[in-house]
Amino acid sequence: MNLRRDVFQAIADPTRRAILLLVASQSLTAGAIASNFDTARPTVSKHLQILTECELLSQEQNGREIYYHINAKKMKDIADFIEPFRKMWDNRFNKLESIMKKYKSKK
Amino acid sequence: MERKTKINAEDGKQELVITREFDLPLELLFKAYEDPEIIEQWMGTKVLKLESKKHGSYRFETSDAKGNVAFRANGAIHEFIPNKKITRTFEMEGTPFGVQLEVYEFEQLTDDTSKLNMHVIYESVAQRDQVLKLPFAQGINMAHNRIEDIVSKLK
Repeated sequence: MNLRRDVFQAIADPTRRAILLLVASQSLTAGAIASNFDTARPTVSKHLQILTECELLSQEQNGREIYYHINAKKMKDIADFIEPFRKMWDNRFNKLESIMKKYKSKK
Repeated sequence: MERKTKINAEDGKQELVITREFDLPLELLFKAYEDPEIIEQWMGTKVLKLESKKHGSYRFETSDAKGNVAFRANGAIHEFIPNKKITRTFEMEGTPFGVQLEVYEFEQLTDDTSKLNMHVIYESVAQRDQVLKLPFAQGINMAHNRIEDIVSKLK
């Protein structure tokens, strides 16, 4: 396991985000993905490797071709990671609300 | 239970929007952002300085339960329109999170309810995502423990 491969680092790159968007609608080969970018093919391969290592993409052998498809579960993890942040603000605002309710009744 | 606080953080953007509806009249909600003593209570931070006006600035200092300073934050106030809008910068000193721009919009819903729209813009997508992951980090947790300590003593 390579700890340096962080999903959030993976999606911080605009090309990798574009790749995820492409593959979200249909499984594609590395060649088909690369044809959508002006970037050199080896660069696209590197991006695919990082996305695969982070488990955002999975590979599937189909005959002689390898198809990349999106890993929906991992994408959901990204959506869930803001939950503690939301809770932190929710707690703060609950506190604000209760303090100001008391403030109101004191007046 | 309905989620009162909503966060909209789109993938790959360097901003986020936090919205919350309060069971409070607009004036009381705004007061919670204007009055240093009240800010100290709900933010769990010490307000070293707060000039609630255009071109004003502020400094907060948050300590852990033992009284050690956990972090300091500061910023400049660019706009201050009572019961309507605050535009300010926010920076946690000595952290790699950079400076964020915060636009607070306060809105009356009914006589007894109000809404806060908090738009935060970060220096980069990576910095925003780092801050989003912060609740796991020590500083914020310590601030929260402190709130819990205070509240438990009040009981």
